[in-house]
Amino acid sequence: MADGEEKKGRPRFWTLAAAAVLVRVALVFFQEELNLGSRPEVATPLTSLRRLAEGYWLKQSSISPYAGSMYHGSPLLLAVIGPLTVKRVEGPSNHILCSLVFIIADIISALLIRATGQNLQLAYRHGLGSLNLQRLQETSRSISAGDLAALIYLWNPMTIVACVGLSTSPIENMMVVLCVYGACSKLAPLAAFGWVLAVHLSLYPIMLIIPIILLLGYGPDAPPAKLFIISTNSGSRSLSDTHDKSNSLPNQMTFPMRIFSWRLVGSFIIWASIWSLHVLILSSIYLNQFGGLSEMFKKTYGFILTVEDLSPNIGVLWYFFAEVFDFFRVFFLLVFHMNILFMILPLAIRLYHRPCFLAFVYIAISSLLKSYPSVGDSALYLGLLGLFINELAEMHFSFLLFGGYIGLSFLSPVMHNLWIWRGTGNANFYFATAIAYASLQILLVVESVSAMLNHDRMLRKLSST
Amino acid sequence: MDLRCLCLLSLLLLSLGFPPISALGSVAGTDEDFTEELLLKPLPDRKVLSHFHFETSAPHTSVYGRHHRIFPKAVYQLVHKFRIREIELSFTQGRWNYERWGGFDSLSSQNAKPPGVELWASFDVPPDEVDLTWRNLTHALSGLFCASINFLESSTAYSAPQLVPRFNLSGIRYGSLPREAVCTENLTPWLKLLPCRDKAGLAAILDRPSIYKGFYHSQRLHLVSSEFGPNEGVGAGIILVQTLTTVIQPDFQSTDEISLQPSWSISSIFGRKIPGQCVLARLSNVFLELEKGLVVELEKLGLEHVNMKGLSKNPIFELSGTPDRLVGEVSQKSSVFYEFNVNKYAVDDPLDLGITWKLPMVWSCLLAPFHATRFLMGSGNERGSIAISLRSLHSDLGLPSSEFESSPLAKHGCTVRVVIFQVVPWYVKVYYHTLKIFIDGKTYVLSDVIEKMHVSPSEDKLSPGMMEIIFRLPCDMRSATIIVDFDKGFLHIDEYPPDANQGFDIPSAIVSFPDFHASAYLTDKSLSNESLLLFRFQEKNHVQSYTEVLLVPLTTPDFSMPYNVITFTCTVLALYFGSLLNVLRRRVGEEERFLKSEAALKPGLLPKLLTKLSAKLRRKSPESPQPPSPSPPSSSSFVSLRLLLKVILVAVLAIVWHYYLNDN
Repeated sequence: MADGEEKKGRPRFWTLAAAAVLVRVALVFFQEELNLGSRPEVATPLTSLRRLAEGYWLKQSSISPYAGSMYHGSPLLLAVIGPLTVKRVEGPSNHILCSLVFIIADIISALLIRATGQNLQLAYRHGLGSLNLQRLQETSRSISAGDLAALIYLWNPMTIVACVGLSTSPIENMMVVLCVYGACSKLAPLAAFGWVLAVHLSLYPIMLIIPIILLLGYGPDAPPAKLFIISTNSGSRSLSDTHDKSNSLPNQMTFPMRIFSWRLVGSFIIWASIWSLHVLILSSIYLNQFGGLSEMFKKTYGFILTVEDLSPNIGVLWYFFAEVFDFFRVFFLLVFHMNILFMILPLAIRLYHRPCFLAFVYIAISSLLKSYPSVGDSALYLGLLGLFINELAEMHFSFLLFGGYIGLSFLSPVMHNLWIWRGTGNANFYFATAIAYASLQILLVVESVSAMLNHDRMLRKLSST
Repeated sequence: MDLRCLCLLSLLLLSLGFPPISALGSVAGTDEDFTEELLLKPLPDRKVLSHFHFETSAPHTSVYGRHHRIFPKAVYQLVHKFRIREIELSFTQGRWNYERWGGFDSLSSQNAKPPGVELWASFDVPPDEVDLTWRNLTHALSGLFCASINFLESSTAYSAPQLVPRFNLSGIRYGSLPREAVCTENLTPWLKLLPCRDKAGLAAILDRPSIYKGFYHSQRLHLVSSEFGPNEGVGAGIILVQTLTTVIQPDFQSTDEISLQPSWSISSIFGRKIPGQCVLARLSNVFLELEKGLVVELEKLGLEHVNMKGLSKNPIFELSGTPDRLVGEVSQKSSVFYEFNVNKYAVDDPLDLGITWKLPMVWSCLLAPFHATRFLMGSGNERGSIAISLRSLHSDLGLPSSEFESSPLAKHGCTVRVVIFQVVPWYVKVYYHTLKIFIDGKTYVLSDVIEKMHVSPSEDKLSPGMMEIIFRLPCDMRSATIIVDFDKGFLHIDEYPPDANQGFDIPSAIVSFPDFHASAYLTDKSLSNESLLLFRFQEKNHVQSYTEVLLVPLTTPDFSMPYNVITFTCTVLALYFGSLLNVLRRRVGEEERFLKSEAALKPGLLPKLLTKLSAKLRRKSPESPQPPSPSPPSSSSFVSLRLLLKVILVAVLAIVWHYYLNDN
């Protein structure tokens, strides 16, 4: 029965996905009119393609691409996308080619999210099965989390805007998704590749090393390990029931006590060092005649960490650092970055049995507190949120969050317009929407974590009764 | 003042023993020299240009020593302290009108300056010390001229041009302050550098109100020193040229004929007459220039009107004095200068040169090959574009024949070189890859028209963006427009000037034409002894013009809100941190309760209600209805230990605090 539904669902998925791609392609032709590439929501100093084009131009004029304060991205991106940004005087514009790259990146991310979702779904069912809680599966079977997450990712207006608006965030997102997918399906080299490139592109995914190691070590999300002890004590017959189905799954899934697989983690670390060596060598070759790697680190990671650019974006830090007294600047820089780091450990302790969800929470937190957030970051974590549709079914405030996101995505451009273009508004108007947006994201993170913990509690309750 | 007099007196006494040095008629290079000259010139648009030229020179230190009679000590010390090779400082109010006041003659290419303060200097110091020397120099000049030149100290305010022909020197720095207001407080120290100040000589007619009510005035200080460098000891030590250029509208006598040029005299312009020369000056001349366009017009009416002999009985204009000499050949179709020697006049018989027009005259001035304007495009406070537009002023051929004979260009298929130098502050973030050029409305590939390009992109809060481009433009084009896009930056609240909503100024761009030289083709080759003003005019100067200053409005944050912003943001962060941590640690209590209720008896209705109630209460105040647990009795032993630890902690903190305070 489930297979039949899946077969029915699959064509629907493909038509919807194709429609999403078509929408992007259609919007690409109106790029000039929409001019999304200069919106503060889309193009931050890190992801703006105009800045990338400037960096590429500087490189072509044999000046360091990091000369001046224009480009802060990776040199590899410059080498790959740079040639596509050159404007020709005559002939077809390269912009369409460039957009095509981003559309493909979006499609790949969506497909990877889908694959990850299917992986997670399988693990989820097995977790439930081994706990003798098949009745819960009845509700979950009707929705395929992977398809849903992929469709959310593809149809999210934020993703579309980030893709059509020519920012590099689709590529960054693709790398993050690639690394999560690789870890989920136990492909250590792939996970390492995605992780290294994601870190290279935007620094913040460095936190993902914890969920990746947990994923590779323990396998995808499962109910807390403690429950297995309880359930083996209470009902060992469930094990024999599920044993025949579990051939496809790794051994530790069905085994009550999960064993940490050091072999995969070791290979991940080796591969990660190999890939990062590659990236560094390629970058240093590219920047050979200029400042070299030290300049690259200063201009990319240094720029991210010191929040030098105070142009408005959807975060709160730009206004904060535009207003804060100079002698407090360093202190608050430390405080804000610490806020991201402080939560890593408590979350890891509480959610170590759900590494995929942990990765989602880390991504959401970093996009909430990062120095130059854009809608592309939100698009990623909202897409990943779809993966946990079964677990988070009982999340609080979901309507408020939904309405809040929609309301703010209309209100924020209006306030920006009033302030910047019309001059009738004031910076505080726009900052207020940024604060509201931050609060919404906080609510989302807190409620999703709380819902996930509640879900585990419910499982525990059900398995022990 | 008194001290200076004393010094002079003592010097005089000392010099009694030596053979007396004649101040007048000395040859440059062996003695100090001071000349004062004034050029008056009627302009086509009924205004009068007056150009004061004071030149002081001191021989080389190795020849002459370090004590000077005439040369200002402050400048000498400046040169030696900062090892200056060349420096030019100008204070300007108003904008030079290149289309009406001339754009091709020596006067405009040398003395037309951008509004505000412009300073460039070249030093004879190692390359790594140039910036430091520049910074010190700006402070010294700032003190010397009572201006905020010290704002040029910051690395965001100056740059090092390479391609502009005028700045073709090593160790050069260029900076300008477009918004600097210029007033008497800058003029007075400038006049102090003159040996007679404004007490005698030509400078005596500098009446402040009449200067500052004019359309344009620019005081300039140009210093060339050969004290240092490879050719040390060669040439004339230090030469200090001070010029003051004003464009004043004479009081218009209402006559019936509107087209008649206004008649004016020195006293009607400045309200004073020239009370004789400064006794220390070797030369003291007043020139009246009739520019080329006017000479050509006059010639049409009869050649002898311009010549000395036909002057007295000419029907067009009348001079209120007899000139001593005529410089410049009328037949050469160049400007003519009537020279008046001031040394013939005295306080009781002052010189009041004037011109009275009898017939209406219309003429045009010499124009630069292209008229350059610069403007902003786009609206809003997020982004915009800077456009520099060059409009050909010479129709058809592109170039008129007479002035351009010297330029090595053929008429057809020829190109004109144009150098554009533009410095933008860092908060105007220019995207150089968006550089576009339109020639006669058509887009051109940049590599076809750019001969050389030097770009240094702006670094946030560190250095300005500088763009120097040598274009090769076709001669027959009518207009060319260069457009480059920019984003507007956002500044920290401390970085905004007091009146932030007024906007920010982008300094003038320099448009220079290296193929063209402005020089008055005077036949007299022995001018250096007779008039340094005309001698300077005779030098070959690259034609260049300054564009307008641009006013860029930048978005402002709310200046009154720093505390609110800090508190709001911190609240949001605290919300995040607190609520997330709360969610994460909620488990302990709940699970304990959960296990307890498991372990306890089969739950009846009442206990269930009680637990629910207690949970609710606990959420509000977690410590009030603690269910009895075995913790209180067991903790009694811990209490003392904990208390002890607390006391120790406080003591340690107190000690640390004490030492910290003592250190401070």
